[in-house]
Amino acid sequence: MEASGSMSMKGLPVRRPPAINRFFSSTPVSIVIYLLIVASILYSSFRGAQSMGYNWQWYQIPKYIYSYTDDGFQFGELMFGLWTTITLSFSALILAMLFGLLVALLRLSGLVIGTKVAICFLEFVRNIPLLVLVYLFYYVLGPVFKYDRYTASILCLAVYHSALISEILRAGINAVAQGQWEAAKSIGMSKAQMYRYIILPQSIRFMLPPMTGEVVHMVKSSAIVSVIAVAELTTLGQNIISDTYMAFEIWFTIAVIYMVVIMILSIGASQVERRYTVTN
Amino acid sequence: MSNTLPIIKFESVDKFYGNFQALKDITISVNAGERMVICGPSGSGKSTLIRCINGLENHNAGKLTVDGIEVFEGSKDIIRLRQEIGMVFQQFNLFPHLTVLENLTIGPIKVRKIPKSEAEIMARKYLERVHIPEQAEKYPAELSGGQQQRVAIARSLCMESKILLFDEPTSALDPEMINEVLDVMVELADTGMTMVCVTHEMGFARKVADTMVFMDEGKIIEVAPPEKFFSNPDSDRCREFLEQILEH
Ligand SMILES: Nc1ncnc2c1ncn2[C@@H]1O[C@H](COP(=O)(O)OP(=O)(O)OP(=O)(O)O)[C@@H](O)[C@H]1O
Ligand SMILES: [Mg+2]
Repeated sequence: MEASGSMSMKGLPVRRPPAINRFFSSTPVSIVIYLLIVASILYSSFRGAQSMGYNWQWYQIPKYIYSYTDDGFQFGELMFGLWTTITLSFSALILAMLFGLLVALLRLSGLVIGTKVAICFLEFVRNIPLLVLVYLFYYVLGPVFKYDRYTASILCLAVYHSALISEILRAGINAVAQGQWEAAKSIGMSKAQMYRYIILPQSIRFMLPPMTGEVVHMVKSSAIVSVIAVAELTTLGQNIISDTYMAFEIWFTIAVIYMVVIMILSIGASQVERRYTVTN
Repeated sequence: MSNTLPIIKFESVDKFYGNFQALKDITISVNAGERMVICGPSGSGKSTLIRCINGLENHNAGKLTVDGIEVFEGSKDIIRLRQEIGMVFQQFNLFPHLTVLENLTIGPIKVRKIPKSEAEIMARKYLERVHIPEQAEKYPAELSGGQQQRVAIARSLCMESKILLFDEPTSALDPEMINEVLDVMVELADTGMTMVCVTHEMGFARKVADTMVFMDEGKIIEVAPPEKFFSNPDSDRCREFLEQILEH
């Protein structure tokens, strides 16, 4: 592209991309290629399952999602798992934002101790694998502070993501022009008032895109707490498989559930972003 | 002019940025109601001087008193004192996420704790004063540079402060907008407000200044009433500077 662009500037004829490239990058062909790839993945997994003598039982799956009995409509086990995943992620997210804001403000405070403490915390969290953090919060801190596995998983996810969120907040706050601080100071605002009325409202615009990515990341990383057997989506999936040996069906189903949830989140997020840029 | 109490008083003030000394032994005072215009070449410390007055910069040595209150780093009084000092910046620094009206009322409402309705009446009065009452509901980005700067002036007025500081209020403006801002400033000067103004608009300076100050390399070189300052300054450095900028 660039090469042809600069050639045309020198007065040479623009070389069109070769026909074969144009063919492969046109929309209908792309869709066909995409479908072919997906189909071949599905086909090969089915073939693999077949050659293992796998006994497909898709008809069993709906009852893990919902059932309709004499008692009326009921959600299945996977939906309860999903609900736990959502509440877990949401609670952790709220905590992570509060904690992240605290860390970001500490870091921006200009106090030497505040900055040091914040940086130590960030390095600590950033350099430990999430899995180890989960074990730490459950097996080490859990007995010490006497909390259960559900609390452990919320705290662990909150701490892990607060480190990431604090960096998003800090970058957003720093992106607000220096003159805004000066103008706010010069009308006699206190530090808290400057943040609340002038700086934070403006930095939201910068924070929103990375923050929505962080929400998606939170939902996905919540699956890790299955290692301490919190009854969320992934754990319940494992339980069902160990009872029924339907590994293929359940994992496909769970992958699709995560995908649907995250797609809904992404659509919601882009709606919020659009709303915000319009009113601004 | 009738009142001759110094409201701003610098006594041997020094200011350093790292090893670089931006203000050198500044001693000067501004009386209540006085209009002072400061000029000087780029980098001479004009902004630094004016920003020390409301504590946007902190001086390192000497004594600075504003309205009877000493200004120093970490002073608990500075937030209260800033309510008495309005500041207009070269880059306007309006709050882009607030409407013009909200820009004017946020200080009175949140800082001065004035009821919203009262603050809005006052804001509209000052918008009238700067000749843009019809722009109240717009956002800053929808206004021209000259209009934005007049909103910024109105924002300072809304704090009903005793002192107004201007740091090159017209140098970011297109030429055709400079006069609308200067006109507003001349009208303000006529109300007897204490004004300290960094500007190179010598026509404006001649019209309003009680005192002219020339700075160079962090020092105050010349302090004189405008008649003497423009016709017969004591220092050669000042004379050269005036010749340079009056050529244009
Ligand atoms: N934050 C800072 N850090 C380091 N040096 C600074 C800082 N602010 C200003 N200076 C230096 O201090 C000196 C005086 O700056 P100041 O902004 O007060 O000059 P000025 O007279 O307002 O110039 P101009 O007409 O360009 O606005 C300059 O040499 C400048 O480089
Ligand atoms: Mg300056």
